[in-house]
Parts: sequence; C-alpha cells; structure tokens
Amino acid sequence: MFPSRTWRENPQRYRLEAVKCAKHNKVFFPPRRVSPGSLDGSSLKPYQLPNEGTIYTFTTIEVPPSQFKDSAPYVVGMIELTDGTKITCQVADCDPSTLKIGQKVKIEFRRVQTHGEHGVLSYGYKAVPAIQGVTTV
Amino acid sequence: MVGIVGYGAKIPRHRIKVEEIAKTWGADAPSYKKGLQLTEKSVPAPDVDTVTLSVEAARYALKRAGISGTEIGAVYVGSESHPYAVKPSGTIVAEAIGAVKDCHCADYEFACKAGSEAMFTCLGLAKSGYVKYSLAIGGDTSQGAPGDALEYSAAAGSAAFIMGAENVVAEVLYTHSYMSDTPDFWRREHEHYPQHGGRFTGEPAYFEHITGATKAILQKSGMKPQDFQFAVFHQPNGKFPMRVGKMLGFTKEQIVTGWLVPVLGNTYSGASPLGLTAILDIAKPGDMIMMCSYGSGAGSDSFVWKVTDRIKEVQNLCPKTRPQLDEHKIYVDYGTYAKFRKKILKNK
Repeated sequence: MFPSRTWRENPQRYRLEAVKCAKHNKVFFPPRRVSPGSLDGSSLKPYQLPNEGTIYTFTTIEVPPSQFKDSAPYVVGMIELTDGTKITCQVADCDPSTLKIGQKVKIEFRRVQTHGEHGVLSYGYKAVPAIQGVTTV
Repeated sequence: MVGIVGYGAKIPRHRIKVEEIAKTWGADAPSYKKGLQLTEKSVPAPDVDTVTLSVEAARYALKRAGISGTEIGAVYVGSESHPYAVKPSGTIVAEAIGAVKDCHCADYEFACKAGSEAMFTCLGLAKSGYVKYSLAIGGDTSQGAPGDALEYSAAAGSAAFIMGAENVVAEVLYTHSYMSDTPDFWRREHEHYPQHGGRFTGEPAYFEHITGATKAILQKSGMKPQDFQFAVFHQPNGKFPMRVGKMLGFTKEQIVTGWLVPVLGNTYSGASPLGLTAILDIAKPGDMIMMCSYGSGAGSDSFVWKVTDRIKEVQNLCPKTRPQLDEHKIYVDYGTYAKFRKKILKNK
C-alpha cells in the first residue's frame, strides 16, 4: 500500500476524529466533507468520538485476506460507542468463543497492517474487552 | 516547582510463564525462577509494539495532567525496540495524542535507560521554561534470543510522564547522571537479538553505575536512604534491584512497591519508569522517592522525587500499574509466544 493512503486517514484512524452536522445533529465517521441534504460542509463541525462502548454485533474471520492470514481466527465487530455512534473494527485480545454481544470494550491504539517485512506500518484503532480475570490460549 | 504533571503506564495483557519457556528448551524452571527471581513475563501481541504501548501510556498521562495533546511542546520516546530502523516513533505517538504540529520530537536510545534520558531532557525543558509541557516515554518490546537467559525475562511495557512547572504531582529535587564506556550488552546493526557479556553485566556494569549514580545524588542532596519512603532501581531481573538496594542501605520495604519484575519481566527502557508509576499510584503527599535507571553501554540516571498534595487528585483517574499486572491476563504457550515474537522462520 502506498503510504499516503494511511497518512491521509491519520486523524480518524489515530484519534477517532469524526464530524457532526449541526443542522441534523448527526455524527459521521469516517468524517464526510459534505452533509447529506446540503450542498456544502459548512454545517459539519469536528467531533471527538468517545473511546468506550459495547459490542453491538461481531463475526469471527476464519479465512482472512492474505495480509491478515497470520492473525486468523480474529474478530471483527460493530462497536456502539457511549455516545451511540457505531464503528467497525477488529476486537483484539479476546477469545472469540467467549465474546458476547453487549460486552463492554475500550478502544485502543494498535497496529492494523504491516504491509510485509519492508512496507510502512499502519496504525489505528481496535476494540479490546474491558473485562477482568485470567484466561489461557 | 518542576516535575511530573501527569503519568501513565501500559502493560500488554498476554503472559508466558517461566515453566513454559523452560519446558521448550529442556531447562530447569525452578533454577531459572530462583536465579532470576521472576515467575512470568508480559508478551506483546503482533499488533502491539513500543509505539502502541507508548500511545496508551501517554493518553493516561494526559488525563492525569488534565491537559490536551495540543499543549505538549516536546515528545521524546526512549526505547531499544523502535518499530522502524529509520522513521521516528515519536511522530506517531505525537500524532496519536494530538500533539501536532508545533512540537519538538525525537527518539532516544541508550539501552535500558533511554526512558530516563527522555525524562531528564523534559525536566530540563520545564526548568528552563523553554517548553511548558513535554512528554517523556520509556517503553520496549524487548528482544531475547530463543533459549538464551534473556528470553525468560525480556518483556513489554511502557511508561509516560508529562513534565512541567504547574500542577506538579511529584517535584524533582535532584538529578545525577553517571556513565562510562562499558560494553556489557549490545546489538549490532541488522542483528535481531542482543548479545551480552554474561556475568560482566553485573559488578562492572549494573552495580557500578547504579551505586555510582545513587551515592552521588545522596551526597548532592545530603539525604540518607532512611529519608525515602520508596526506591526503584532498574530491574533486569528480580535479584539485581534488591541486591543493589541492600548495598546502598535501602530496605526491601522501600523497594517492593516498584519491584514489578517478578511478574512483569524486564521491560528495558520501561523498567524503572514503570516502577515509578506503581509507586506514584499509592504514594502520599510528602513521600520521597529515589529512582535510578541503568542502561548498558553504560550509565545510570538518578532522581529524587517529592510527592505533592495533587497526587491524590490524579491517582484514580486512569488504570493503575499493579492492577494491569494482576488482572486482564491471557496466558500463552510457547508456540503462540514464538509466533507473536516472529521467532518462527517462514517461507517468503
């Protein structure tokens, strides 16, 4: 992947920066430049997403795309953040068989892709279960 | 007053026990546990590295400092496991916490004392008034060659400190640095794992520099070991910090709070800084803390900290260090550990 692709998305991937339409009171993530129903983006204001939420739904990826094959099986979930915004991301540090819908999660900064041994490292957000206790894998 | 305004720690959730590593190499686990005085160590997952741990630690430090990333004027990340050979870790950390773009930034390396190097620099910036708030980080995802003694201890974790002159939680009263050219541990360019001088890492290296720096700062401050409630020394294994503390006149009770290595392992640049975060988590106003790092090659930075009244306001704002060690643990077997740490040779 060319490095400009991930660089361009740093604000949203690194800091969960969204936009909120002042007219419709609606949050957009990834951020949009133009609000639906408007001809420009003047009603869109920067909005910081919270970093806690619950698992809205999830699936376990057993047969992944080639760049994620060493991570299988892994979980991709839809997370409902505490402000009601839903985001999609990997759920890390978890046993897929014990994960539950409604489980509390925290959003953490993680490596998302490595692009082989020589490419740029892509960072971003993943959810991790906000649970206590000890497990064994 | 200049010192720590906010602090944070991040330790990964995965662990491996000494028995699991010893079983793989046909080694005697009780001997290693007794010799190193540690039972398990933290393991970074494939999506965890020095940068990700540092970002999380820095976010906790910002929360305790009560400031936003935009107020940070300098970011220094000390590590010997920066993810890139060429490209700074600090820019990624700064971008992730919003400390861009008017910010000075650099990566530090000095084996295991790269973190305290960053702390020393940030204290200087605060004292001079050159930068209002600066961020110092010590963190590592340490390397240990398969089967080597280091493999039983090389661990992962990161500690972050925001230094400034307002709203200080721990004032720095004195610092002292002590160094020499002592090649006890090194990693050459393009080598994956470090080499070490075995027993040479002890007396002429670790003990010489920690006792040198600590004796000098005691003399400079006119203080005695009994004047401190807590002490934290670099902790490559469980035995060394206890032994050097005893040599210097500190008791086990003063050291045990920041003595994380028995269940964390050696977090290299994060070792004594993480111990300091565990102490700050429970310290009371007026407590005195002695801290001394050690980095091979070799040198030590010592600090005398005095805890302020503000500590009580910030301790519970973020996850503390000990609970991160004792809870949320996921134990892995050696095969999973080897995969996580890329110790398995695969076809290209």
